[in-house]
Amino acid sequence: MSVHITTPQFKQNAHAALGDAQLQQALGNVRVNFVERRASAAERLPEFESLRDSARDIKNHTLAHLDLYLEAYEKKVTEAGGHMHFARDSAEACAAIVDICKAHGARLIAKGKSMASEEIGLNAAIESAGMNVIETDLGEYIIQLRGERPSHIIAPAVHLNKDQVEADFRRVHTDLPKERNLEAPESLLAEARAVLREKFLAADIGITGANFLIAETGTSIIVTNEGNGDLSQTLGRVHIVIASLEKLVPTLADAAQILRVLARSATGQDMSVYTTLSTGPRRAGDPDGPEAYHVVLVDNGRSSMLGGEFQDVLRCIRCAACMNHCPVYHAVGGHAYGAVYPGPMGAVLTPSLIGVGKGGHLPNASTFCGRCEAVCPVRIPLPKMMRHWREREFERHLSPATVRYGLAFWAFFAKRPALYRIATSIAMPALAMFGKAKGRFKSLPLAGGWTRYRDLPAPQGKTFQSQWKARGGRVR
Amino acid sequence: MPEPVKPRVGLFVTCLVDLIRPGIGFAAVKLLEDAGCNVIVPQQTCCGQPAYNSGDRASTRDIALNTIDAFSGCDYIVAPSGSCAGMLRAHYPELFAGEPELAAKAQAFAARCHELVSFLVDVMQVEKVSARFPHTIAYHDSCSGLRELGISAQPRKLLASVEGLQSIPLRENDTCCGFGGTFAVKYGEISDSIVTKKCENIETSGAEVLLAGDLGCLMNIAGKLSRRGRSVEVRHIAEVLAGMTSAPPIGATADGPK
Ligand code: SF4
Repeated sequence: MSVHITTPQFKQNAHAALGDAQLQQALGNVRVNFVERRASAAERLPEFESLRDSARDIKNHTLAHLDLYLEAYEKKVTEAGGHMHFARDSAEACAAIVDICKAHGARLIAKGKSMASEEIGLNAAIESAGMNVIETDLGEYIIQLRGERPSHIIAPAVHLNKDQVEADFRRVHTDLPKERNLEAPESLLAEARAVLREKFLAADIGITGANFLIAETGTSIIVTNEGNGDLSQTLGRVHIVIASLEKLVPTLADAAQILRVLARSATGQDMSVYTTLSTGPRRAGDPDGPEAYHVVLVDNGRSSMLGGEFQDVLRCIRCAACMNHCPVYHAVGGHAYGAVYPGPMGAVLTPSLIGVGKGGHLPNASTFCGRCEAVCPVRIPLPKMMRHWREREFERHLSPATVRYGLAFWAFFAKRPALYRIATSIAMPALAMFGKAKGRFKSLPLAGGWTRYRDLPAPQGKTFQSQWKARGGRVR
Repeated sequence: MPEPVKPRVGLFVTCLVDLIRPGIGFAAVKLLEDAGCNVIVPQQTCCGQPAYNSGDRASTRDIALNTIDAFSGCDYIVAPSGSCAGMLRAHYPELFAGEPELAAKAQAFAARCHELVSFLVDVMQVEKVSARFPHTIAYHDSCSGLRELGISAQPRKLLASVEGLQSIPLRENDTCCGFGGTFAVKYGEISDSIVTKKCENIETSGAEVLLAGDLGCLMNIAGKLSRRGRSVEVRHIAEVLAGMTSAPPIGATADGPK
């Protein structure tokens, strides 16, 4: 199923987000909490920086030999009695999953948190095939009730406050007593638990994402803090894993190594509460587990990123540290990005999923402050890749005409030092004259983009280079 | 004993300092000369970041080659900006990937490039400055200097030697001010939200003066503070370290900011 994209309206989305007082308050928590927790987790572990190197190297190695590891993984999944489905795009992935569900006569499907399923638009596909799907992660459950999309890759409902959630619960859980007290956040959690518990038991099929796929054993691993993933995958008759190719790592030891940086980077926990491994369906003698086990691996253009200038983003382990530390994300939140993946990793990945023509705003809407790269546990050079997208846009003449002409005008002088010196030595003193009274401009022709929001400090007078020349190269 | 040979330092003054606040350039020259350098200023324009960050690699290359040639006779190239120094040092070599000869040239150039304050401390081994500035200050760590060049301890070390100066902690001192070059204009509304948070932190710090090492950030912050009607003064760190603070602060007049 195709996913609704509003990325071309990024500026309008951002404008709305900036004017939304409730959202701004919620984002304030991201800006402080996640940042402080990650910092103290990193500080507590002396080898944190070298673990980041090792996580990067494991991922690089896997990507360099992805074909081999995919083959090995498929072999192990099959040996364990599972089934592999390779999907080139979202439509194929959804079709594969819907077919499995239909073949098992499913009516209700319980789903663990999965960004890959968001990417392929899975819920809509399942529903339009006449089946019901229920999100079992609390945050995902809330946004499912609201008909929204996650605004953050690990905290999908981070844009909401408690009162909004309470209102949603009262609106939807109509069979519960009206006068019940939902003041405390724990009471919301308890209510969601009780509602979801019933659904777990009633579900025919469980679908989860994967944090890792292990080539050595054919195992899929998910990490959660609620334990909903375990229930989703063990209570149904069938377990379907939906993941994109880059989740693969060679061995369990590799996954264990990366796990050491994952939760620390994400929430500042040493480890997430639950780390759940599943390999194939229930074996004879197993006390529980699904009767059938399927893995749907979706490509969506990722294999064409291999070997190119965007390969490094395939190292991403979806920890969300980049968006948690991003000033632009802090300002506008995840929905403004208008696509599935927000923040810096989304700014790099989204244009490759929806095309740079549609996704072009995202890699441009960055100050290049570099904080994302500084915290990324697998050291993805996110700003560099955003710049690569800008280069592609520039080459394909997709940048706005005003930007191109402005740049061309500036570059003409910047390439000609002598001309530049003469032109600026005339222009600057004139500008300084105009700004002399206040030392700044409240508005200035051609500088409206700047002065709309802040004053423009006026130049002091003659340029440095002309003064330097006039003084014969002396300070005073 | 013969006098030790003074290193020949080319000042990359940066286009913003050249055009908007030449005083920072003179402060840089004074600091470099006090540290025992022989300063020259070759004819120059801009480091090329506006083109580089807009995806215009061809123009960036032309500008980079001009700059590399202009400073060919220098032992070191020093810029009073972490952002521009980061461009010269970290990004020029990337421009010529796949062209071994030019890449080697850019690499040799990059290795000689430094940001002013870190150059004084790390290369020239400056321990203290002789300046007086009896004010409370907050220091904003500009992004490129901090994350591309690891500049953090050096400015604090030299500020500690300024007579009368008192440093006040600044919350979120290492988050971006929202400038980002053309970003401030292309995404003005988002930039405004970011610089507003920066200003709120500066105002709650209670410092009289905000210092940083990059004029781009300083113009953004000063412009926003004055638009908010605040009287916090804004200056480049070099002005304070050089004791050259007689000019009005950024975006203000001699009669004070208001
Ligand atoms: S890009 Fe890095 S920081 Fe961002 S989600 Fe992926 S792994 Fe985490």
